[in-house]
Amino acid sequence: MTVAMRTSGWLTAGAWRRLFRDRPVIPLLGLLAVLVAVSELVRPGIVSPSWAAVIVRASVPLAILAGCQTLTMLTGGIDLSVGAVASMAGFVVATLIAGPGTGPAIAVALVAAAIIGLVTGIGVGVFRVHPLIMTLGMSLVVLGLANVWQLQNVQTNSGVSPQLRSLGSGLFLDIIPYNLIVFVPVAVLILVGLRRSGYGRLLYAIGDNPIAARLSGTRGWQVLIVLYVISAVLAAIAGLLYSGLTNVASVALVDSAVLPSVAAAVIGGTSILGGRGGYVGTIVGALILTVVESLLSSIGYPEAVRQVLFGAIIVAVAAAYTRVTGET
Amino acid sequence: MSATTVRVEAARPLEILASWARKNAWTLGLLGILVLLLVFTRLIQPRYGVAGIQGLATSVLPLALAAVAQAVVVISGGIDLSVGSMMALTSVVSASLMDGQSNEFGVAVVLGVLVLGAVLGAINGSLVVLTRVPDIVVTLAMSFVWAGCALLVLPTPGGGSVKWLKDLVIGPLGNEWIPKALIALVLIVVLIWIPVRRSRLGLSIYAIGSNQLAAFRSGVPVGRTKRVAYMLTGLFSAVAGLSLTASTGIGTPVPGPYTLMSVAAVVLGGVSLAGGRGGVFGPIVAVVLIQLMRTDMTFLNLNTNLATVAQGIILIGVVMIGTLIQIRRSRV
Repeated sequence: MTVAMRTSGWLTAGAWRRLFRDRPVIPLLGLLAVLVAVSELVRPGIVSPSWAAVIVRASVPLAILAGCQTLTMLTGGIDLSVGAVASMAGFVVATLIAGPGTGPAIAVALVAAAIIGLVTGIGVGVFRVHPLIMTLGMSLVVLGLANVWQLQNVQTNSGVSPQLRSLGSGLFLDIIPYNLIVFVPVAVLILVGLRRSGYGRLLYAIGDNPIAARLSGTRGWQVLIVLYVISAVLAAIAGLLYSGLTNVASVALVDSAVLPSVAAAVIGGTSILGGRGGYVGTIVGALILTVVESLLSSIGYPEAVRQVLFGAIIVAVAAAYTRVTGET
Repeated sequence: MSATTVRVEAARPLEILASWARKNAWTLGLLGILVLLLVFTRLIQPRYGVAGIQGLATSVLPLALAAVAQAVVVISGGIDLSVGSMMALTSVVSASLMDGQSNEFGVAVVLGVLVLGAVLGAINGSLVVLTRVPDIVVTLAMSFVWAGCALLVLPTPGGGSVKWLKDLVIGPLGNEWIPKALIALVLIVVLIWIPVRRSRLGLSIYAIGSNQLAAFRSGVPVGRTKRVAYMLTGLFSAVAGLSLTASTGIGTPVPGPYTLMSVAAVVLGGVSLAGGRGGVFGPIVAVVLIQLMRTDMTFLNLNTNLATVAQGIILIGVVMIGTLIQIRRSRV
């Protein structure tokens, strides 16, 4: 009797609602599986290990950028400067490899990103500038400075370094993308950090109720400064992978990935109002977006239709979350 | 009773002026800086004159209208990240329909595009109200949708504009110092915004932006007002899109930097991102200031990219000072 009730309980709206709210990753994985199945239906034989490798390779940099959004959105913020910072990192490395070499060039790019993140963090944490405005302003500053740097380096501008190219776009045995070497440690750090470390819990606490967090002794400004430094460094890493993937170094390379990165975090179940979400969902969100892109282009839809459907999917998924969780 | 009030008001014109100035202190301050910057421009480039002013007005028009569009929705407590995409869509629709057509047909197209803009905005607003998803997410997603539609209408830049529309924004009116674009801007804003601002609707927009719950409890229809605010944003975006078609003569399906620039201009123009505060004239002046600053940097032979840097720093700085003032006030 009880068993029967439990089994039928699985089909009730309430159970679905709980599943969606507590384990958003499960329905998301279902959606991903459906999309993969549709891909196979549309183009029989397309789904293969090498197809999966290409999808994963394209998802990795997006998932890292979306990680920046997930972390900042957990505190109720957002980081719109990821595009400028990521492009800057790829570009700086490309201009420096002729001189100091790849290793030091990457170090310079990461340190530059950390400094940018520090400034953003001070603005958001200490001066309480709205994160949207702060990161928007910082992306203008970074873009302008990168352009100045570009004008000074027109002659010495060399291409993307071969190491970055193989790291960003190479496939081990044609099925395992090399960029997983970067992604796996980053993802593990974020996942474990959010679940197990005190710092991770503080991010949730600040986003859920900043006043309560302050009253229980959290120094919010310190948490936020560290957060935006982490976000900028992650963005720089993603930028290096992007420049390796596309074999392009330009000051606007990653700009078009900013809105998809927010979209991946939102689809993954992270609330833009803070306090709810996680990185597993975001990774699945990035995979879903990449599969959708590849599906639409394999059907042969023009870029325009892809964009329209892309936007519609984001609204639909976000609306479903809001309906199910009952939060606004 | 009302007669007394009128007499009292008439008796103290100075005080009324003072209170008006207090209310518009931010905009007046920006205007002051603008005048100083104009004088400075004239000093570093004595030849800056009629041509410069004309060029400034024409280049400023689309961004100024985008800033007005953004200001309306931000005052209502929302934000619309699809302004640039709506501009691109309305611009390509108008350019592709008007290409090689008669002036009379152009009138119909302009009216149709204005309706289209209002519909786009109404869709945004309805989605925000119905789904209860944060505005920033909805309008971000819709920016993809509208940009995609723009690409469907016109895959590559093209189309054309009827002559009278171009004449409306290019060139001087009467006195050579008065650019038509400026007159057009002021007329559009005065004809659409002032009546709204003075009406019950305008009051409701400010009310839901200031405190949604309080507005709801005082009987303001929150959902409907929000929809109308987004609709107005769509309408102004359509006007901005038309001005793009008019000033460039073609339609471009790729959204320009207008969305983020409009947010920046709104903040610089003294509109609070939390809603309920500010007007549309501050953002307009802010846009002119930004554009003139860029021009000055070219005159000074500075790298124009430094203007981007300066713009970012000013944006952050202004908000920082504003927040610090608020924090200090709340402590006192």
